[in-house]
Amino acid sequence: MSVPEGAPLLEMSGIVKTFPGVRALDGVDLVVRPGEVHCLLGQNGAGKSTLIKVLAGAHRPDEGSIRWAGDPVSLSTPDTSIALGISTIYQELDLVAGLTVAENIFLGHEMSRGGLVRRGETRRKATALLARLGHQEIRVDREVGTLPASGQQIVSMARALSHDTRLIVMDEPSAALDQQEVQTLFRVIRDLTTQGVAVVYISHRLEEIRQVGDRVTVLKDGRTVATDLAAKDTPTAELIRLMTGRDIEYVFPQRTPPDSSAATLLEVENLSLNKVFADVSFTVAAGEIVGLAGLVGSGRSEILESVYGARRPNGGTVRVDGNRLRAGSVGAAVKAGIGLAPEERKSQGLLLDQPIYQNITVSSMGRFARAGFLKGSSERASATEWAKALDVRPAGVERPVRTLSGGNQQKVVLARWLLRDCRVLLLDEPTRGVDVGARSEIYAAIRSLADRGMAVVVVSSEVEEVLGLADRVLVVREGRIVHSGPATEIDEHRVLDLVMEGSAA
Amino acid sequence: MTHQREAVTDGEKPDAGPDSGVVQVPLSGSGKARTGAAGFLLGSSVGRNLGLVVALFVLCLVGVATAGQQFASVDNGLTILRLASVIGVVSVGMTFVITGGGIDLSVGAIVALASVWSTTLATQSLARGNHWTLIILVALIVGMGCGLVNGLLIAYGRVVPFIATLAMLAAARGLAEIIAQRRTQIVSVPGFTDFFRHDVLGIPLLVIIFAVVAAIGWLVLNRTTFGRRTFAVGGNPEAARLAGINVQRHTVALYVIVGLCCGIAAVMIVARTTTGSSTHGTLYELDAIAAVVIGGTLLSGGRGTIVGTVLGVLIFTTLSNVFTQNNLSSSAQSVAKGLIIVVAVLLQQRLAARSNNGST
Repeated sequence: MSVPEGAPLLEMSGIVKTFPGVRALDGVDLVVRPGEVHCLLGQNGAGKSTLIKVLAGAHRPDEGSIRWAGDPVSLSTPDTSIALGISTIYQELDLVAGLTVAENIFLGHEMSRGGLVRRGETRRKATALLARLGHQEIRVDREVGTLPASGQQIVSMARALSHDTRLIVMDEPSAALDQQEVQTLFRVIRDLTTQGVAVVYISHRLEEIRQVGDRVTVLKDGRTVATDLAAKDTPTAELIRLMTGRDIEYVFPQRTPPDSSAATLLEVENLSLNKVFADVSFTVAAGEIVGLAGLVGSGRSEILESVYGARRPNGGTVRVDGNRLRAGSVGAAVKAGIGLAPEERKSQGLLLDQPIYQNITVSSMGRFARAGFLKGSSERASATEWAKALDVRPAGVERPVRTLSGGNQQKVVLARWLLRDCRVLLLDEPTRGVDVGARSEIYAAIRSLADRGMAVVVVSSEVEEVLGLADRVLVVREGRIVHSGPATEIDEHRVLDLVMEGSAA
Repeated sequence: MTHQREAVTDGEKPDAGPDSGVVQVPLSGSGKARTGAAGFLLGSSVGRNLGLVVALFVLCLVGVATAGQQFASVDNGLTILRLASVIGVVSVGMTFVITGGGIDLSVGAIVALASVWSTTLATQSLARGNHWTLIILVALIVGMGCGLVNGLLIAYGRVVPFIATLAMLAAARGLAEIIAQRRTQIVSVPGFTDFFRHDVLGIPLLVIIFAVVAAIGWLVLNRTTFGRRTFAVGGNPEAARLAGINVQRHTVALYVIVGLCCGIAAVMIVARTTTGSSTHGTLYELDAIAAVVIGGTLLSGGRGTIVGTVLGVLIFTTLSNVFTQNNLSSSAQSVAKGLIIVVAVLLQQRLAARSNNGST
């Protein structure tokens, strides 16, 4: 529990890293002691990713010094970092799906004799590493691609430990995990720290930092603005003030009083998908936001995708405005006025290398075309209008979407459906990878869409988000809706109870 | 001020993948940050095409220096263009498929089959009896038919493009051999042969056809919804699907387009040689893919340029012309081609890396 004392393991001071046109790091100090969980907080763009890449040896700092266990070192290549005992687990896991667990763990430093891999020893060591992480149940011969996200996370950690690791950097390790899996991750982290391993933990979720962290360093604009804060009892308001330089008190927009005369826009009846969910029925009225709460794997994303036609349900109907949609047809859903902002924004939602305006107009191109030929100027003008309405920053619709931050990318997806005059909007994890400051903007944007008369369905792993944003909440457990009611009449604990019930055993 | 700050956030993507070893260059201003003259020249598409023009120019200089008047004559220029036109039409079609995230290995075989089918005794007598354009019609239908089969297999049968079109490569050429009984079929339809002897203001008809196909290709790829969807389907098929684009139907259309181009090329080759043969179009798939790739179209899809493809075709054709003028063997040509492909792709990767992250 207590903050470990003793000589620092890692001391970085005055780290500066410039890229053409920008100082990504402008004097960062970071001190990590052995056996502690050191949390790195900061908004997107504060320099967290650049800093961990410096630590991993992927970037060479322009100025500043790094001491490792008291000695000055230069982390010039990834090899140097690994040799010193620094491992990095990136947010998007870098595992090879077609190789087995054991092969992944020792990838790049296979145990071999005379060029032949020593398979027995590899498997034995891999098993031992998984046991050390408390996950003996993961078979080392299993293909990594068949493991769930949480299992892959464990394999990544085992790989980190397979080197003689003294410091593990975790970049948003909980992003792909549900609540229960996060608890397992925390148990593993605590085990590691008792063995003297230091952890640098990056997360956007303050509650996690409180649970698992020892000390906090806050970055802002490439500088360390505060360090040595106690993770457990530094007030949230204080942390947010340090990160943003402003006080955020209220991130959720005001609810519009429900209009009982509003027409029902979306009706889902007895929708079922083999082995995933069954008998799902709900309605959403114009101007209403309905939240779907549930664990990863509860079927909540699949429900959205089936409504949208991206999956073909086995039974049940979806109606928009009373008209039944052809099952399993995205085209029919889009034509009827449904839009989806998918969970994996980058891989499912965006054309990353195309300019912003093309991403906005991609679903309504016909409107800007005559005989198939696009009228570029009116296309750009409309895209610009909606980008402005949602405050996509930086302004200018010609830049590739890849260069935008997560929050602004999400606004581009929203703008796409706004432009299409879509009437039912399905949002899957709308704030994943979006930093705290920008989240409230997304919430406000979603609420304003509902106020325009859209019917909105939001899926989120973050119960707080569902409760804060939605008018009505549906709780999904193991493919069934187990609760439905106004968001104001249920609290976080009750939702968690409902969500976890039965899965605890 | 705030915008400046926001621009910086681009540098640090919240979920930068592990493979993005380098942080994206934060651009201040819409993509105009790399306005260093060199950066602009190498990074923009205009710049890339300019690079190809320079390469072509250098090649011509070499031609003049080594072969003098023999190379620099109008006749020779037209010869180069005439040679470029057939493979050029195929390459325009190939640009569409590759931009859309696919590949077509069967183009050469389709050209052979279309050339044979459109010149069988039956087709020719039908054409003599009705109208000589029947030959053209048959070639186009055969080409599009093969493309349709490819497209259906790939889009709905979920066969990998490489495999589906490899199968078509084998099958179409085999079918061409069966139909032609391995004999060369001479065209003796007066209307047809007369028509293609025409030229327009001294420019051979074949070259005009190539120019028209390239111009239409450019318009479709860059100015139509179809073209925009092609980039979307090639760049991120899943995102395209979820945006409401019918990816499967679009994929079929792309293979039909390349098939149509093969049909046109078959007509051109039949016109040029006045024969149909199962050996026509041999290795066209490699020449077309090479031209498309050195032109700057990404093999992984999502980025494509017709102008680049045309320049790529011209570079290869000029190269072989220069070699022929200097009495160098076709084997030496092949070696030079291989080198050019590698150098061009290496250069492009450097440039792509530079325009993506600038920090290297």
